[in-house]
Amino acid sequence: MTVTSVAADRGPLAMEAKGLGKDFRLGRGATLHAVKDVSFGLYRGAVVALVGESGSGKSTVARLLAGQERPTAGTITLDGQPVNIATRRTFRRYKSEVQLVFQDPFASLNPVHTVSYHLERPVRLHQGSVPNVKESVTALLEQVRLTPAAQFLPKYPHELSGGQRQRVSFARALAAEPAVLLADEPVSMLDVSIRLEMLNLLDDLRKRLALALLYITHDIASARYFADEVLVMYAGEIVERGPAEDVTQQPAHPYTQLLVASAPDPDNLGSVLRTGPLTGTPASFNGTVRTRVANSGPAASGCPFSTRCPLAVDKCRQENPALQQITAVRAAACWRLDVAAAGIARARQERTPA
Amino acid sequence: MSTPMSTPSSEPVLRESAAAAATAWPAPVGPLLEIRDLSVVYRTSSGDVKAVERVNLSLNAGEVVGLCGESGSGKSTLAYGACRLLRPPALITAGSVRYNGRRGTGPADILQMRPDQLHKLRWRDIAIVFQSAMNALNPVLRVRDQLLDAIHAHLRLPRDEAAEKAASLLDLVGIPRSRLRSYPHELSGGMRQRVMIAMALAADPEIVIMDEPTTALDVVVQRDILAQIVEVKQALGFAILFITHDLSLLLELADRIAVMYAGQLLEVGTAEEIKREPSHPYTRGLLTSFPSLRGPRRELAGIPGSPPDLRDPPPGCPFMPRCGYARPACAEVDMALAPVTGSADPWHVTACPFVGPETRPEAWPQTRPETGPETGPEGARS
Repeated sequence: MTVTSVAADRGPLAMEAKGLGKDFRLGRGATLHAVKDVSFGLYRGAVVALVGESGSGKSTVARLLAGQERPTAGTITLDGQPVNIATRRTFRRYKSEVQLVFQDPFASLNPVHTVSYHLERPVRLHQGSVPNVKESVTALLEQVRLTPAAQFLPKYPHELSGGQRQRVSFARALAAEPAVLLADEPVSMLDVSIRLEMLNLLDDLRKRLALALLYITHDIASARYFADEVLVMYAGEIVERGPAEDVTQQPAHPYTQLLVASAPDPDNLGSVLRTGPLTGTPASFNGTVRTRVANSGPAASGCPFSTRCPLAVDKCRQENPALQQITAVRAAACWRLDVAAAGIARARQERTPA
Repeated sequence: MSTPMSTPSSEPVLRESAAAAATAWPAPVGPLLEIRDLSVVYRTSSGDVKAVERVNLSLNAGEVVGLCGESGSGKSTLAYGACRLLRPPALITAGSVRYNGRRGTGPADILQMRPDQLHKLRWRDIAIVFQSAMNALNPVLRVRDQLLDAIHAHLRLPRDEAAEKAASLLDLVGIPRSRLRSYPHELSGGMRQRVMIAMALAADPEIVIMDEPTTALDVVVQRDILAQIVEVKQALGFAILFITHDLSLLLELADRIAVMYAGQLLEVGTAEEIKREPSHPYTRGLLTSFPSLRGPRRELAGIPGSPPDLRDPPPGCPFMPRCGYARPACAEVDMALAPVTGSADPWHVTACPFVGPETRPEAWPQTRPETGPETGPEGARS
């Protein structure tokens, strides 16, 4: 039983992670399981969003896919081929296909180099012998809408605004003409008024260049707008996946429900934040604010969310649930889906007669 | 309750012009803090940066006022300027900040206070929760010692009472007392932010200024902290000036919202009015800039362009170069806040004089002319 990705409708499979795991040794025999058994695919022309809180392992997944870290378990394939980054030559070849954009445009550009330096270097490295580097760089800047390009080429990062810097980061990633773009919180350091423009730009690039895009974010609302498929990560595991609209509008996993309930809701003018906290029903996070739950870390055994979950029973504390299929394109890792996602589970039973 | 304008005016006239003082801006009854015509510049070798320009804003007792703007819009400068926490090259060039304390301080102009008066005012009357709690706590001191520092500096308490006060402050923000012995690095980001809030509340202030208190935190922790703030606020009854770039958060949290852009206030109104009847084009742009999690997926426009250089701001409305409704007359707008006609909120004021029924949100085009054929992610999906 496998879940098909809605992103597959967009284009061919570009990159696939199967059973990906990453352990970090902390010393004194302790191990941190940063990523556990993560499987998903990235498809040309599609956006897959990886959503989760800080420390959930989202960025580690990006670093594994980018070849910055070696996985301790599982495989990554690019265009059906297992990834080979053993030598510098093969790693460089891999880098021309898979590029990473970082969160902080203030830290990811070198302050002593100009925009043109930042872009000429990857063009020379990845595009081989380009007859006119300047022309390629200008084209890159136009692609990310930094126009007139000639005006930006001699500038240093400190002369640019946050949005302009992030555009340069995008251009630098695109200089390698990659098939896969891994964007690690590309807009979270930017102002709200600029974020949307950036996401629109990324979306436009995805369409024009048929990029397979991994969008890592903690903002589930932006994932709703931008992504085809949403993967929700908690404590290194994917706890829910499915089409963006379904996952955000009808979250199945209690953690996804908490994420959705926690997002600022501008339409909620009579919010509990203004009228004061209420006592909530234990079965739901909606409208309820639980003060101490957020302070507890993931559980050592059983479902990692069981320490914070209002639905947790003994089974949750003992056994970690695997992803269970809800519909053809949705799955969630929860023992209590019959309660947590009552509506969705019922629809599923009706659809699959015994 | 004292009325601000009837007090003996020991306050020298600092205002740039009499016209600015006689602005048509209606003052709510007896505000706790009243910022009038405040201007702040940063002196640089390449000229003055007009970070805050003729800003009028008031804060009533027990009220949550949200101050919203992009980075560099002057929102922090405004708040710190009002408390005289700015250092050179920042310079307050005009204005007054009247504080009408309910507990004996004032009415007085903070900008005219002597250092000893300021020392009394700060923390006991006005406390600040600074941005980025990660860096604001001293890494080599235990939480207890940092709380005690604040308590001893501003309250005269015997040692055992001060210790009890420190513990009860942690209770207030939902941190177990055992954490008194912790160092900042042993606490999560959310806990550190709670410690910062506890510290600000040490002397039971009347006003708490919160500068992006939840920006570095993820949404679940953010909501948790906001709920905590609201709970404590209801228990202690202080007023909050909440500074953030996230308008969607303010709509849920604030009683009134002030929208700041390029050092000036563009619009002030209740959260309901800002949401339902935004008047200034910039506010409207902001409202269509964040994706919503609930309701139908709207087409999102965003705001093209970037804010002006404050060393040489354009004449008139600073938003004009980015505004889809700009007209030649915008270059001559004097940016005084005037009541919005027909608004349900009598204090709803805007700096854009070109507002009328024809420019109500529903009459606004979905895409702006200068964005061209580009469509948003939503458009791409259809």
